[in-house]
Amino acid sequence: MSLTPKQIESIAHLARLELDVADVPRYAESISSILRLVSELEGVNTGDVAPMAHPLEGQVQRLRADVVTSGNLRETLQGNAPQTEAGLYLVPKVIE
Amino acid sequence: MTADATLASLSAGLRERRYSSVELTQAALARIARTQPELNTLITVTGEAALASAAAADQQLAAGTAGPLTGVPMIHKDIFCTTGVLTTCGSRMLSNFVSPYDAHIVTRLKEAGMVMLGKANMDEFAMGSSNETSYFGPVRNPWDTTRVPGGSSGGSAAAVAARLAPLATASDTGGSIRQPAALCGVTGIKPTYGRVSRYGMIAFASSLDQAGVITVSAEDAALTLQAMAGFDPRDSTSVDVPVPDYAAELQQPLAGLRIGVLREFFGEGLQPAIEGPVREALATWQRLGATVTEVSLPSLPLSVATYYVVAPAEASSNLARFDGVRFGHRCDKPRDLLDLYKRSRAEGFGAEVKRRIITGTYVLSAGYFDAYYLKAQRVRALITADFKRAFAEVDVLVGPTTPTPAFGLGDKTSDPITMYLNDIYTIGANMAGLPAMSIPCGLADGLPVGVQLIGPHFSEGRLLAAAHAFQRETDWHLRTPAGVSADFAAGETR
Repeated sequence: MSLTPKQIESIAHLARLELDVADVPRYAESISSILRLVSELEGVNTGDVAPMAHPLEGQVQRLRADVVTSGNLRETLQGNAPQTEAGLYLVPKVIE
Repeated sequence: MTADATLASLSAGLRERRYSSVELTQAALARIARTQPELNTLITVTGEAALASAAAADQQLAAGTAGPLTGVPMIHKDIFCTTGVLTTCGSRMLSNFVSPYDAHIVTRLKEAGMVMLGKANMDEFAMGSSNETSYFGPVRNPWDTTRVPGGSSGGSAAAVAARLAPLATASDTGGSIRQPAALCGVTGIKPTYGRVSRYGMIAFASSLDQAGVITVSAEDAALTLQAMAGFDPRDSTSVDVPVPDYAAELQQPLAGLRIGVLREFFGEGLQPAIEGPVREALATWQRLGATVTEVSLPSLPLSVATYYVVAPAEASSNLARFDGVRFGHRCDKPRDLLDLYKRSRAEGFGAEVKRRIITGTYVLSAGYFDAYYLKAQRVRALITADFKRAFAEVDVLVGPTTPTPAFGLGDKTSDPITMYLNDIYTIGANMAGLPAMSIPCGLADGLPVGVQLIGPHFSEGRLLAAAHAFQRETDWHLRTPAGVSADFAAGETR
């Protein structure tokens, strides 16, 4: 299995990553070699083995009630935001 | 043995007033200042805060309210969030991120009275086996500064090897505690999946990630794990299983312990210089009363291939949160929202992280999910079943931690596959969520060799006991690189 530079560009777009055009062939080559490593799995007879859902047998993700557990931390959290105004996160204009 | 070579002895020294926490902290900060330009073990040093917490620890010691960890200096891997302190995860993306909260284990060790000296360097987002993917530059191995310390917890392992602190926290997704511990000649434990809360530990691959610790000795690891382990409702994978008294479990007799030698770990690719010391370690355990038999886990060699589907898939999902909007790096003058996302992420992430995001996005994309991700999770079930069968016959599985000793900086950066194969022996335990340790067992041409122990779920006490018994018979864990004093309480000695 190998990926073409064109495929890499389209996957990078899905992942919202701008790739330098000059780097694309290198990614195509190295990711293709990862997929060749991974292709070892194709030949494994997994029969009716269920895909593993949790590393600990019988464990499932715990759920909690959908309620507020901490107070209003907006100011603290927005301290790390690149750009805010009036308590809102600023991004380039989305709607013309 | 040097008087103050371990956390346990420092803990005693503090109680006996042989030195104060402030004195220990000053000595540690001086060692950091001296070694940092060459080793680059830390991303952030929190000297003033360290001295303040040391002073507070001294008051507790004087008042008689101190616990076993009170006043002992330590270092956190920069994957753990620390309130008011830069938390970068080794990435440009978070190079300006000051955490608004503490990770669970940061809180626990703070409450135990430990003194944080700073934040350890690491591979970017814990993706790497050499610490060369860090945005903040590579860490150098204290045993030979032309070589890598391993990764991703390379800063943590190198810091303990250089005796900057008796312990550093770490995380392990495919070997990131054990592999650098082996390459730096220190003790590392990856607990059972869910044993230690990951709240505030920046996520890489959520079905594999586990927080743990790197120390000088198994006894020190037991002391630290006691404070770190336990149920935390804030991590939905944290398990509500009582934490045993690890110090008591250390004393378990070794006689009758059934050790399984992992046949698959002694094949092609294992350097004789590693195999020799590992075989000698097995002989030591046998002398101490353990039985040793060979065990085969036929699906185990599929671990690396399985990992490079599961880990990138989960990473691509976890790293989707870095969007340049709420925190982290943002590009200059974005043309529109899409440009903001794409350029912020392109500039914020390094090449290895991008490679894994693209790989993960591909294996999860429409039409490929069944062939890659579901198939990998089926193979993972086979690997886990192999371990389960083995643990019906033996108590502990033993093998090398790595196929080779520390390699040179730049040796493996051009081909990701050769880098990935460093974790060939460590990934299996992550696949099945098992606890595993690496302890020093010898030297290969002057470079440390690690032996790995893997146990069933929640068998940390047994692993620690087997490691402790070995460390009472040998002194490999007390060896230090040339010029590094094994005595933490010593001042400048180089």
